[in-house]
Amino acid sequence: MDLVLTAQLAIIVVVFVSLIHAAAGMVWVERKVCAYMQQRLGPTRTGWAGLLQPFADVLKLLFKEELRPKAADPFLFTLAPMISAVTAFVAFSTIPFGPPITFFGLLPHPIGLEVADVSVGLLVVFAVASMGVYGIVISGWASNSKYSLLGALRSSAQMISYELAYGTALATVIVMAGSMSVREIVDAQQGTWWGFLPRWYVFPQLVGFLVYMTAGIAETNRAPFDFPEAEQELVAGYHTEYSSTRFALFFLAEYINMVTVSAVATSLFLGGWHGPFLPVEYGVIWFLLKVGFLLFVYVWIRWTLPRYRYDQLMRFGWKFLLPVAVINLLLTAAAVLYFDV
Amino acid sequence: MSDVLFYVFGAVAVLTSALVIGQGNPMYSVLLLVASFGAISGLYVLLDAPFLAVIQIIVYAGAIMVLFLYVVMLLNAPQEDAGEWDRLHPLREPGAARLGAVLATLLVVQLAWALSKTSGIRRAIGDDDSGPLVSSVAEIGRVMFTDYTFAFEATSLLILVAMVGAILLARREGER
Amino acid sequence: MTSLGHYLILSAILFAIGTAGVFMRRNLITILLSIEIMLNAVNLTFVAFGRHHGAVDGQIIVAFVMTVAAAEAAVGLAIIVALYRHRESLNPDAFTSLKW
Repeated sequence: MDLVLTAQLAIIVVVFVSLIHAAAGMVWVERKVCAYMQQRLGPTRTGWAGLLQPFADVLKLLFKEELRPKAADPFLFTLAPMISAVTAFVAFSTIPFGPPITFFGLLPHPIGLEVADVSVGLLVVFAVASMGVYGIVISGWASNSKYSLLGALRSSAQMISYELAYGTALATVIVMAGSMSVREIVDAQQGTWWGFLPRWYVFPQLVGFLVYMTAGIAETNRAPFDFPEAEQELVAGYHTEYSSTRFALFFLAEYINMVTVSAVATSLFLGGWHGPFLPVEYGVIWFLLKVGFLLFVYVWIRWTLPRYRYDQLMRFGWKFLLPVAVINLLLTAAAVLYFDV
Repeated sequence: MSDVLFYVFGAVAVLTSALVIGQGNPMYSVLLLVASFGAISGLYVLLDAPFLAVIQIIVYAGAIMVLFLYVVMLLNAPQEDAGEWDRLHPLREPGAARLGAVLATLLVVQLAWALSKTSGIRRAIGDDDSGPLVSSVAEIGRVMFTDYTFAFEATSLLILVAMVGAILLARREGER
Repeated sequence: MTSLGHYLILSAILFAIGTAGVFMRRNLITILLSIEIMLNAVNLTFVAFGRHHGAVDGQIIVAFVMTVAAAEAAVGLAIIVALYRHRESLNPDAFTSLKW
């Protein structure tokens, strides 16, 4: 078989498996980091330093009884977590995690390290994120229970509201880079200013970066925007009635969405795989370090900040974040036009 | 390869659309229509319009259909029950449904005949090399903001009016 | 090779399905969904012809059609909600008489 085709298929498999392991790793990171922040140790018994804890969790989940409420719509009840999980994986498909490399001379020509390089790649991420709302809405409806429905409606309304600021922050980066392909946006961030400051977009676009991260955290329903799943409020929101494998899929989808948001933020604002000291072919390492840092920030924020109440959350999204994002876009567009930045 | 994809996407679009009007549960209808939009988005990609394909997913499948879903959930839209209005309704009788199918087929035949009079209809898509031009977002932006500026601005006013109208119409009585 | 004719026949079929839905279904929401099917069929025609002539105008018109469809769906659904509140029914035949 053609070697390039094999390499591309291998990349797909590697991305898929890595995302699943990233979700598992995030379970461990979350438990450990929150434990240390709360001055305790976290999981220590399952494997060395508790590293087998996520696998124990997953095994436990898979062996639980598959419940389905009698009045629940059977087809939709099973479809909803599938939609969540599939959209979470697909959103990562246009994000490059390394420069075009030839795998140490094995390949005739370099291939880019992503699943698919599409000319509108960034919009694909946005489109698939807006499809993720379906998983939540359908799960809330199909469960046929009050808590699920309320949680699902609140959660999806929150996601839709913050999609606006999310998209506007993306538009800001598109204006600066002049392209919608994520690979080209990353390539526009290579080199340095004045010899030491990397040309990452986070420096001229700090506001855009903050807006994007805030909207991203709200999109993935993580604290401090996780009111719809807060245990004290709505039992467990849209996944109240779910157990075992279907719940594991929702769980998986949430962590992979976190990884995707961090990966997109890295590619757009933190320069992707560009970094000092390493030759360009090993850019994957820098990419992983940056994404890891952003994931740590995710966990850090969750266990530090208190939760927003739902009306505060909506007010923040519509009356503060969206105007800030739009004004940022206007100023960026004006600056690009007049200064050819 | 793109031929196979055309037939796959086309079949999915036609099948899901037929099921939208064919089966009773409005919730399933909405989700089947989302699938149909996905198939049509794939057809746009085959027609060298990737930007439009993604916009179709964002706007149609991701926004308009979510609105439909909310309304179906809000109204708890029941199946089409044979209420007192259509127990004897002529259109519920099986003869009428068959007539409707015949008329729809006649419509397709008539449209196909009319379209067959178009010149160049047998020319293969992708024959010329205007693919990169048609698929570039920069070109779309350039033409939209020069030739279609008025339509663009008018559309933004239209959306504003629709937003105000929708909120006003769906308000409960006695609310401020 | 898929030609322009293939796409036009496909959109004709979709348009006919949408029309059949508008006439045959007795549920307001499904009627609105059928209208959306018709609009999509027309969109497909526009894009196919645009590609045929090698111009982006087809795509631009489709962008406007999508926007108008969004506005129309919003207003149409608001009307349906208001109607439902009045008569507790989504059957269009419930609204044929002018008085109670």
